[in-house]
Amino acid sequence: MQQLRLTRTRRVALIGLAGALAVSLSACAESKREEGAGGGTGGTMIFGAAGNPKLFDPAFNDEGETFRITRQIFDTLIQNKPGTADLEPSLAEKWESSNEGKTWTFTLKSGVKFSDGTAMDATAVCANFDRWYNMKGAAAQSQMIYYGDVFEGFAKNEGDAAGDPVYKSCEAKDPATAVLNLNKAKGAFPAAFTLPSFAIQSPTAIKQYNGDTVTQSGDSFTYSEYANKHPVGTGPFKFDSWDQAKGEITLSRNDSSPSPAKLDKLIFKVIPDENARKQALKAGDINGYDYPNPADYGLLRNDGEQVLIRPSFNVLYLGINQSGPNAAKLKDPRVRQALAYGINREQFVKSKLAEGSEVATEFVPKVISGYTDDVTKYPYDQQKAKDLLKAAGAEGMTLKFYYPTEVSRPYMPNPADTFTAISEDLKKIGVNIEAHAEPWNGGYKDDVQKFGKQDLHLLGWTGDYNDAGNFVGTFFGREKKEFGFNNPELFSALAAADASPAGDAHAKAYQEVNKKIMDFLPAVPIAYPTPAIVVGPKVKGLVASPLTDERFNTVTVS
Amino acid sequence: MLRFLVRRLLQAIPTLLILSILVFAWLRSLPGGPAAALLGDKATPEKIADLNHVLGLDQPIFLQYFGFLGRAFTGDFGNSLVSTQPVMGEITTFLPATIELGFTAMLIAVIVGIPAGYLAARYRGGPVDNGVILLSLIGVAVPVFFLGYMMQDLLASPLGLPSQGRQTTGLDATAITNFAILDGIMTSEWDAVWDAIRHLILPAFALATIPLAVITRITRASVLEVLNEDFIRTANSKGLTQPVVRRRHVLRNGLLPVVTTIGLQTGALLGGAVLTERVFNFRGLGFLLAEGIERRDYPRLQALLLFGAVVYVLVNMLVDISYGIIDPRVRVR
Repeated sequence: MQQLRLTRTRRVALIGLAGALAVSLSACAESKREEGAGGGTGGTMIFGAAGNPKLFDPAFNDEGETFRITRQIFDTLIQNKPGTADLEPSLAEKWESSNEGKTWTFTLKSGVKFSDGTAMDATAVCANFDRWYNMKGAAAQSQMIYYGDVFEGFAKNEGDAAGDPVYKSCEAKDPATAVLNLNKAKGAFPAAFTLPSFAIQSPTAIKQYNGDTVTQSGDSFTYSEYANKHPVGTGPFKFDSWDQAKGEITLSRNDSSPSPAKLDKLIFKVIPDENARKQALKAGDINGYDYPNPADYGLLRNDGEQVLIRPSFNVLYLGINQSGPNAAKLKDPRVRQALAYGINREQFVKSKLAEGSEVATEFVPKVISGYTDDVTKYPYDQQKAKDLLKAAGAEGMTLKFYYPTEVSRPYMPNPADTFTAISEDLKKIGVNIEAHAEPWNGGYKDDVQKFGKQDLHLLGWTGDYNDAGNFVGTFFGREKKEFGFNNPELFSALAAADASPAGDAHAKAYQEVNKKIMDFLPAVPIAYPTPAIVVGPKVKGLVASPLTDERFNTVTVS
Repeated sequence: MLRFLVRRLLQAIPTLLILSILVFAWLRSLPGGPAAALLGDKATPEKIADLNHVLGLDQPIFLQYFGFLGRAFTGDFGNSLVSTQPVMGEITTFLPATIELGFTAMLIAVIVGIPAGYLAARYRGGPVDNGVILLSLIGVAVPVFFLGYMMQDLLASPLGLPSQGRQTTGLDATAITNFAILDGIMTSEWDAVWDAIRHLILPAFALATIPLAVITRITRASVLEVLNEDFIRTANSKGLTQPVVRRRHVLRNGLLPVVTTIGLQTGALLGGAVLTERVFNFRGLGFLLAEGIERRDYPRLQALLLFGAVVYVLVNMLVDISYGIIDPRVRVR
């Protein structure tokens, strides 16, 4: 009997082993052993990314972790000067607008080639503009968030794309001259040409690997081989591989780039947990990472790491809903002013935000063209706040204050802390606070932006490009549930500013808008927080960018 | 045995169908949705509504479910919304890591837990017993993620152990099966084997704590119970030597509930793996699941949760089978 049992045990063990083998065989994924590295001298940089990239065709992308990678593979026509939001030439040596902003002429750098060896010339540039405009299919267009926002419509609108297209045509006058014709002027230009979604890609590679094919099946999208495996641009790095099992994206130096890299290799290692990224840096597994916790700056520096503070390109605000539960009271400008005077923003910024952060006086950060110091300000004044509430008959009112949990944003590293500080201040002026905490992806954004259930809420914005419209236009350009007001004068002023061609007049228009906003006070700007990026002591040459537009071509790792 | 197996397999089908409905309904009842998570900061209510329309998420839920079921039967679980890669491919890519981690953790739990429990029972009331009880209490009580962070902060550096991932970046080991140790052995890349083992140590210990504590306690309780049985007294009075009594009577009979526990704990390991893999950036199914939940990645979550259910059902079957092997009475019934 014992003999028999042993055999049975063995048989079960064998079945188990066979099962494990079957699983492992189905999991087969062969990865090739790398050949020897090139002869560069800049070393290898391993950067800890907070999330997976989505795909490598920036036209279909709108999130930072993917852009961080595509920014190294592709160039845009114009780029941001490192460390600033100012414009400088990239693929276009110069650019000018005429016909009241409806025509843009780009003079391209000559002799530039994509990493597949094909020419980056005016024909290629126009092929990109035509590609975006003519993109077919709801799946494709619903994924072109930035194109949809900036160019407002497609040749044939499908899915969420609706509206009259801004784009008209693109002509390649000669290999070095591309002329873009628009149906109407758009204040976002030329700054929006720096958006990573508008990077110039190799038309040959796109065609070869079916780059335009985006299909939708069930509740998900399928992207092309181009978007997953063969992105081709003119950037300082070429795409090598994306190892899903390891969560590593490997790029290597593109020697034909007009802005060649010093590094031989650039590896992005996905480490979603912030503490895990910190550990990995400490252990020397990675050479840098993004979104360090402000509370760790000191510790990181003590360990010899470099904490690079980015100039602020975002704003944190206290939203006020004029159609919420307390609509009648919050419609009274005196009540909104009282809220603004009642918050000790100096104290909050000093005690709760990272170094370099500043009190916000309006809804655009200082580096944006259109910012003005000449707005109505609401310095901390408890007594004035109380008096205003009394005059408005709103003493002792109770407000529903919503704040998010399970989230950390560059403009709001710790929402609960922010909520506590602000609500304590408001209690001091005699406002009762009814707290509502909700998970960011689990109802908060819906309740606040879609249903407008709140009286007050915390939110903010990180800019995409250097244009005030990207901030104030997004917030206050039309009637929204989030703020619940209808101010036609403000809406039309914003629309006019957006349609004014770039330049001094454009900046002036937005300065006027910013004054109007701070008089009307639809919300209270709280702070311009400064996110940081950390690199190890051996990393040289990384310039922190307000737009998180760090380019690794200047970096070396010793 | 064959009839028993077939019956159990047939029973599993309605179970899995019901589970698939529950998973589907539960995901869609969560506040927020994939569209909001996908669009991130730039999500406006209008854009979310439009993306929901494109994704078909505005259709009646039963239509969505039957669409899902139809595609699932053809093996198409869709693409992950986060990574845009086919979900089935993701599961096969990430599964080896979880098996490697779970197997090692369970091995630690069994190798340490059974002797510890046995010793505690044998020296009942003594310092060994008290020590084991205290440690197992702590093991059950300390949350895995807390323990994980503590290990990273306090142990990784002094012990010179990696606290992140499955492999040193840039090591470039050959991947054949995606089982890091197995691959290293197959290709004789001993550096890679050692590297993989070093990467396993901390997460495996973190993941092992709960099953280790549970197995210890169950072994202890079960052995104590057996020690009080009449047949032990009979064995002793027959004049059998103590080692024979312990091995043949105490251990064999005492292990029956332990086997069940090991089975159940294997299922529970999947839950613990979510936190452990996340903390240690050990890229397995738990890691995928955690990322999927944050981003409301319906296709990935549907596939992963169903996969987990299948594994659970299979593990339970294996437990029943092994029960039959250890205790023939179970088969007779």
